Amino acid sequence: MTKLTYLIPLLPLIGFLINGLGRRSLSKRLTAIIGCGTILGSFILSLLLFLVVNTPGFNATEVKYFDFINTAGINIPFAFRVDQLSILFLLVITGVGFLIHLYSSAYMHEEKEEHYARYFAYLNLFVFSMLLLVLGSNFVIMFIGWEGVGLCSYLLIGYWFKNGDYNNAAKKAFVMNRIGDLGFLLAIFWMILQFGSTGFTEVFAKAGNTAPAVLTGITLLLFVGATGKSAQIPLYTWLPDAMAGPTPVSALIHAATMVTAGIYMIARSNIMYTLAPVTPTVVAVIGLATSIFAASIAVRQNDIKKVLAYSTVSQLGLMFLGLGVGAYTGAVFHVITHAFFKALLFLGAGSVIHAMHHEQDIRHMGGLKKYLPVTHLTFLIGCIAIAGIPPFSGFFSKDEILMGAFAHSPVLYFIGTFSALLTAFYMFRLYSLTFLGKFRGTHDQEHHLHESPSAMTIPLIVLSILAAVAGFMGIPEVFVKDAHWLEHFLAPVFSESTVRQQAHEIAHNTEYLLMGVTVALILGIAFYAIRKFSNYEKQGAATGFARVLENKWYVDEIYDAVINKPLKGFSLFLNKVVERNGIDGAVNGVGRFVQYSSRQLRWLQSGQVGSYILIMVVATVVFFVIQLFSK
Amino acid sequence: MFAAFDNFPALLIWLPLVGGLLSFFIKDERTVKNWSLFSSILTLALMGVSLLYTGQEHYVLNSVSYIWLPEIGSSFSLMLDGMSRILCLLTAISFPLIFASTYSASYKNPNQFYGLMLLTQCGLMGVFMAMDALVFYFFWELALIPAYFLASLWGGEKRIQAAFKFFIYTFAGSLFLLIGIIYVYLKTGDQSFSVVSFYNAMLPVKEQGWLFWLFFLAFAIKMPIFPFHTWQPDVYEQSPTAVTMVLSGIMVKMGLFAVLRWLLPVFPDVIKNYDNLIIGMAVVGMLYASCIAMVQDDLKRLIAYSSIAHIGLMAAAIFSVNQLAMEGVMIQMFNHGINIIGLWVVVYLIEQQTGIRKISELGGLAQKAPVLAVMLVVIALANIALPLTNAFVGEFMMFAGLYKFNAWYAAVAGLSIILSAVYTLNMIKNVFYGNVNTLTSNFREIMVHERVILASIVVLIFLVGVYPGPMFDMIRQTSDVILSRFTK
Repeated sequence: MTKLTYLIPLLPLIGFLINGLGRRSLSKRLTAIIGCGTILGSFILSLLLFLVVNTPGFNATEVKYFDFINTAGINIPFAFRVDQLSILFLLVITGVGFLIHLYSSAYMHEEKEEHYARYFAYLNLFVFSMLLLVLGSNFVIMFIGWEGVGLCSYLLIGYWFKNGDYNNAAKKAFVMNRIGDLGFLLAIFWMILQFGSTGFTEVFAKAGNTAPAVLTGITLLLFVGATGKSAQIPLYTWLPDAMAGPTPVSALIHAATMVTAGIYMIARSNIMYTLAPVTPTVVAVIGLATSIFAASIAVRQNDIKKVLAYSTVSQLGLMFLGLGVGAYTGAVFHVITHAFFKALLFLGAGSVIHAMHHEQDIRHMGGLKKYLPVTHLTFLIGCIAIAGIPPFSGFFSKDEILMGAFAHSPVLYFIGTFSALLTAFYMFRLYSLTFLGKFRGTHDQEHHLHESPSAMTIPLIVLSILAAVAGFMGIPEVFVKDAHWLEHFLAPVFSESTVRQQAHEIAHNTEYLLMGVTVALILGIAFYAIRKFSNYEKQGAATGFARVLENKWYVDEIYDAVINKPLKGFSLFLNKVVERNGIDGAVNGVGRFVQYSSRQLRWLQSGQVGSYILIMVVATVVFFVIQLFSK
Repeated sequence: MFAAFDNFPALLIWLPLVGGLLSFFIKDERTVKNWSLFSSILTLALMGVSLLYTGQEHYVLNSVSYIWLPEIGSSFSLMLDGMSRILCLLTAISFPLIFASTYSASYKNPNQFYGLMLLTQCGLMGVFMAMDALVFYFFWELALIPAYFLASLWGGEKRIQAAFKFFIYTFAGSLFLLIGIIYVYLKTGDQSFSVVSFYNAMLPVKEQGWLFWLFFLAFAIKMPIFPFHTWQPDVYEQSPTAVTMVLSGIMVKMGLFAVLRWLLPVFPDVIKNYDNLIIGMAVVGMLYASCIAMVQDDLKRLIAYSSIAHIGLMAAAIFSVNQLAMEGVMIQMFNHGINIIGLWVVVYLIEQQTGIRKISELGGLAQKAPVLAVMLVVIALANIALPLTNAFVGEFMMFAGLYKFNAWYAAVAGLSIILSAVYTLNMIKNVFYGNVNTLTSNFREIMVHERVILASIVVLIFLVGVYPGPMFDMIRQTSDVILSRFTK
């Protein structure tokens, strides 16, 4: 079965080619069948593969297909690695991916055939790249997928390419990702130099005998890559802008899968991070800072998708906190539950936007509960899950990360918990403004309000069930002994790290206390937010600190002033002054000098034979004189 | 004396030479176009056949040496080895692409234009296969002189000025080269111009020092690397697109190729004295050219500066003198040629329909010509070395090799990866996305033969990008020879 792993990414690639090449001739129906069918096929294959991996005694398998680069002393095979970590990501990518494809078939139905097919082609190409990313058995194949998903993200953010703002958002996403990619690439080069290989097996085996400084360097550079792809400080600003893309794209790429690539990368290289002395702290601090920072912005956003985007950035920050404190299982756990509830929330938002005829401002919504019952209920489940209210999934995964942080340092725990409280606040603010109270839109909008078709509501229902129950795959020790399925399942992947980590046992009483207080606070804040915003009235412009938050701490403006404008000015200076007048001027100067000298020497070639003879004689005499004296 | 046609090198020289000379006598425009296209396809077919006979057992098919000037120890010797095979392949693929894609262009005196083009091809083939320094120099000039006429007799308003600068610049370089060649020749043990004698010449380190610079100057101008590059954007802008394709796609490789064959292995003892200086210059040039590319408004100048940046990386990689970088350069010389010709084809198709190349005045072409847009996006992404495109393989190895030499150079040079994304995506956005305007509202989709040309470039991009193995097998032989000069 593992031999057939190549089929899992191949199917979406075939889907991409068919829909891409046949976009003029395929009907929408056929396009959707091909687009969704290939992903469903991959999902079924992934399930079968899961059964293989889940058998006792399974060992991680590498399947090699051909040599990609095998020369000059390096060997980079095109090979896949099937193990517990990659299979989990496969299931999430193809499973959630399929639901989102299905949803898209209805959501994008207003598009023309040609563009409908283009959309599905891009989406399939994305899934292909993402599968390469998680299947690759060395860092180069991972990088191929890594840049591939970045490309698809670029193409899909700019899907409506007539709109200049969308194009700029797409470009920004690509460029910011490339900044991170440079870090990733440098890490790969360093690995080639240090280990002579980029294969996971070889690199991780040698990591133990490597100088800590080198490991720190490599892991930090890898982390730079992760900050780009997973939208962490300082490279997070592309993600909120990426909301320009169609909403299902936001759900798939900018919530459930691509943005978690950075977490996958670190979880995959966990042993290097465990061994590196400084990096884990950096990862934890950046993650935590991003989490708080993004959550604070989310509190004052009024665009339904922007709230969710900042929420994603914030949740990703929490996952990095988990990685930083060594709670690798917790981080992967949160990736999975987050994929369910955030995809659910985005698709729910899409359903709302669909019903509201492309209105995205939550101040113009309200009272949608009675018009969109399915969307409302599933969205509420998503909110509860992300807020961390037991027994919904977010509670378990977030709790695991926070407990890991507590074991490391209570300060990290308290700041992380504060971020969780902010999450509960902005999510229930979003929920209340959208679904509760009175409708605040136009009459025309109100007249057209309708629940979405079943191709859209079925994915919502499936995801809401998953968001509700997925937490039970990781029941903490404190509730039931040995019931943490995920930890057992992933144990082989993290075993090397686990051995080296100091065990931090938290007393059960402390854990109960922390958990209880946190849940109580979250519930309190959730009810507060519901009360405060369910009868929202339009307000004037924000002032003071609220205004700073509304403007996202002015980070975009600062980047623009500090990096973009100076760089452009400098380039113009190089072009106008240095290139034209400096270098080319010097070249022309040399040319003019030669011309001038030639003009002065021209009299030598007067054309009169007499003068030539004279010069010849003089020269010969001079020559003999020199010969004479040099002897 | 040159009567035997039983080997590939001789045929690869003769075919374009005879084809070119015949072109001069064909007065009818259509006929001369068809004839040149046919001639170049024949050369490509021959090149294709030669790839079937690359093994050591076919040595006699790939190597030839005629008596030429026995008095001074020069023989007309040519050989297809790993590196020359790749570059001859590039030359052989490029010319049919160029002739086919610019088929609709009309020139005054077409017979001369196409004749000179084919003579240039002959010169290029000779440069890449020459195994004798004098023969190398002969072909070096044979490639340059027709190119000069092509750039100065056909093209934009300021062409004379631009081409003159190009000629003086490169000719001055050539003279330095000639002096250097003669000096090394005098120092060879057996008074011979052959490449083997050059490699074994008794050159004290002190003399290698200044000889190095004589050779280097000629090659650096040709590449060109910063700060010898200013002839290039003007010539690219002013020349007819077909000529620009030859210059940027193949001719700039002459400089890189020459460094690998005639510089590094001849003066191996002094490379380490100058490597930091040259790599530093190349890296600065990469960033410099990338910055300037970001603010260009003319498509041709944008591509010209982008190319200078890419060539800078190749130059830096060559002087890192390790196998990774060197094989990266060899494979990238091919890739860069294919990709930049692809970009020029797109520019040509746009200019032909709209009459402009200004990025700020174009827009919305993706709505009018989605196929062209897809092709351009693929080629442009290859130009910025996205994985699974051909350029990724080359750039990855070059960067890895440069990193091996000194990590900081790779890190600083790596900034150009980011800048290249900026200018390339800006170009795509402004030319292809957005809404149409009055200039572009009548743009039509590209025609079938244009699709075939672009599609074949796209196929090549992915072929080499996904499965570069055969290319590496080809070039390993040459990189081993060069590096063996450094492991004494």
